[in-house]
Amino acid sequence: MNRNTSWSELVNPLVRSIPWSGIRKFFDLVTETPGVISLGVGEPDFVTPWHIREACIYSLEKGYTMYTSNYGLLELRQAIARDLQSTRRLIYNPENEILITVGVSEGLDLAMRALVCPGDEVLVPEPSYVSYAPCVVLSGGRVVSLPSTMDSGFRISAEQVAASITPRTKILLLCYPNNPTGTVMDRQTLLEIAEVVRDRNLLVISDEIYDKLTYVGEHTCIATLPGMKERTVLLNGFSKTYAMTGWRVGYAAGNADFIGAMTKIHQYTMLCAPITAQMAAVEALQNGGPAMMHMVQEYNRRRLLVIHAFRDMGLPCFEPGGAFYAFPEISGTGLSSEEFARHLLQEEKVAVVPGNAFGSSGEGFVRCSYTTSVESLSEAFRRMARFVKARGVQPKTVNVTVPDVSYLIPPAAEEAAG
Amino acid sequence: MKEVLEILESDARLSAGEIAIMLSMEEEEIQRVIKELEKKKVILKYMTLVNWEKAGEEKVLAMIEVRVTPQRDTGFDAVAERIYRFPQVRSMHLMSGAYDLAVFVEGQNMREVSHFVATKLATIEGVLSTTTHFVLRTYKQDGVILEDGEKDRRLAVSP
Ligand SMILES: Cc1ncc(COP(=O)(O)O)c(C=O)c1O
Repeated sequence: MNRNTSWSELVNPLVRSIPWSGIRKFFDLVTETPGVISLGVGEPDFVTPWHIREACIYSLEKGYTMYTSNYGLLELRQAIARDLQSTRRLIYNPENEILITVGVSEGLDLAMRALVCPGDEVLVPEPSYVSYAPCVVLSGGRVVSLPSTMDSGFRISAEQVAASITPRTKILLLCYPNNPTGTVMDRQTLLEIAEVVRDRNLLVISDEIYDKLTYVGEHTCIATLPGMKERTVLLNGFSKTYAMTGWRVGYAAGNADFIGAMTKIHQYTMLCAPITAQMAAVEALQNGGPAMMHMVQEYNRRRLLVIHAFRDMGLPCFEPGGAFYAFPEISGTGLSSEEFARHLLQEEKVAVVPGNAFGSSGEGFVRCSYTTSVESLSEAFRRMARFVKARGVQPKTVNVTVPDVSYLIPPAAEEAAG
Repeated sequence: MKEVLEILESDARLSAGEIAIMLSMEEEEIQRVIKELEKKKVILKYMTLVNWEKAGEEKVLAMIEVRVTPQRDTGFDAVAERIYRFPQVRSMHLMSGAYDLAVFVEGQNMREVSHFVATKLATIEGVLSTTTHFVLRTYKQDGVILEDGEKDRRLAVSP
C-alpha cells in the first residue's frame, strides 16, 4: 500500500457516501453540557423487568453459553410463532419462517441485503428512522422518499405510493407506530396501500418494533391484510416492548425461502444472536405480559401530559397514537430544527432531537421522547415553555390545524364509547 | 377510581390537574373523586417514605411474634386494639400459622424496645407469649428499594 494514500480514500465509496447520523452529531453536544434533561433518548427509561434479568442469570448458571442454531433457539421461535398467532392471527412455521436476529437493526440489514440488487428502488416514508436510508444505500439500492406532513398525521397515502413507483421499485418500507412521529396507521389507509403493493407487485418490509406501544385504536399488522403475508417481511423485537434495548435481540418472519436467504447471510456474518439474550427473550414472551402492560400504561399517561404541555405552550403537535415520541412543530419560533435544538440545549438544558435528522420533511419539527419520569418531563416542559415564549410563541394558541386521530377509532368502538 | 389510587400510591405529590390529563378526565372530577376517597377513608393519609439511617438518626425496628388467647365475643380484635393503640407500634397484622399477631415496634434503641415488650406488651391480659426479632437491615420498604444502585445509564441521545 502506498503510504501516501489516505485511509478515507480507500473506504468503499458507498460507505463514504452515507453521512454520520444527525443524532450522533447532536449527541456530543449534549454530553458536554451538564445538568441536561434529555428528551432525546430513543429507548425506554425502564430497566428490563427483573424476572427477565433473573431468567438470564439462571441460564448462565446452567451453562447456556454456546452458539445456537443459525435460525435461533427453536424454543424462542416457537414462542414468537405462538405470540404472532395469538395477537395477530398470523401463522408462521417456527422451523423455517422465523429468524432470530441481533435486534431489528440486523433484521433490517439482512432483509435489504437479501432483496436489493444494484439500482433497485426502495420507497421510504419520511420522516423516517435514521437507519433505513443508509441500509438501502449500503446494499446498493436507491432510496425514494415519500414525504409526509402533519396535515395528514404523517401518514403516507396509497396514491403517493402509486405515484412513486417506477420499473425499478421493489420494496416499500413501513414503520408504524412510527419513530420519530409516533404516527399509528389506520386500517383503511393500510388496506389501500396494500392494494397498490399487490397490483404493482412490490414487497413490504414492515418494522413493527413499536406495535405493542399503541395507545389509540388498534395496531394493524400489514401482513394480516388480504394477500399481504406472502409479500411481507415482518421485523420485530424486544428492545422497546420489554425494555431490552441492550440485549440485542429481534426477529424476522416471512416466506420460508426469503427467511432462508436472510439466514444464509446471517449464518456467515453473525452465526447467531447471543444465546443469553435469546434465553431472556423466551422469558419475556412467556411471562412478560403484566410488566409490559404496566410500562404501556405509564407511557400512555405521559403521552397525554406531553400532548397537553405542547398545546399549553402553543406549539402545534399532532397526537402521537403510538411509540414513545412526540413530534411538535417548532417553526413558529423562527428557528430551524437544528437551531431550536441547539439553543434549547444551551439556554434551558433540555435536549431534543432536530427533526431534520429524520429526513428533510422533518425540518421545522423536533422529536421529544417521553421515556423519562413525569417529574423530569414536567420540568423539561416548564423550561421549554419559557424558551418558546421568549421567541414570540403565544401560550395556549395554536394557529395551524392539527388533525385529530379519530380515523384510528373504528366506528363501532366510537358508538360504544359515546 | 382504581387508576387514581394507583397513581397517588406511586406519587402522592401529583396534582389533580396532572392526574386528570394522564387519565383523560376533568380536573374537577378528579378532585371530587379524591375528596370522596378521603372521606370514605379509602385514602388514609399522604406520607413520606424516609430512610432514617441515611438521615443519621438511630432507630431500631423489631418484629414481635405474639400469641394471644382469643376472646369469646371479639376474637382477636380487643386484644389487638390494646396493642396497636401504643404509638410504638408502627404496623401490625393478624397472621395465620404458629403465632397470631406480627407486631412491628420502633424505638430509639434495643433497650427501649425490650422495655416496651417486657412491661407493656407481654403483660397485657390475653397475651400468652412474645418472641422478639430485631431487624438488622431494611432492603426494601413499601415497594421501594432503599439503596438502589440502578441509575439511568442510557446515552443522552439515541436514535
Ligand atoms: C423504528 C425502529 N426500528 C428499529 C430500531 C432498532 O431496534 P433494535 O434495538 O431491535 O435493533 C429502532 C430503535 O430505535 C427503531 O426506532
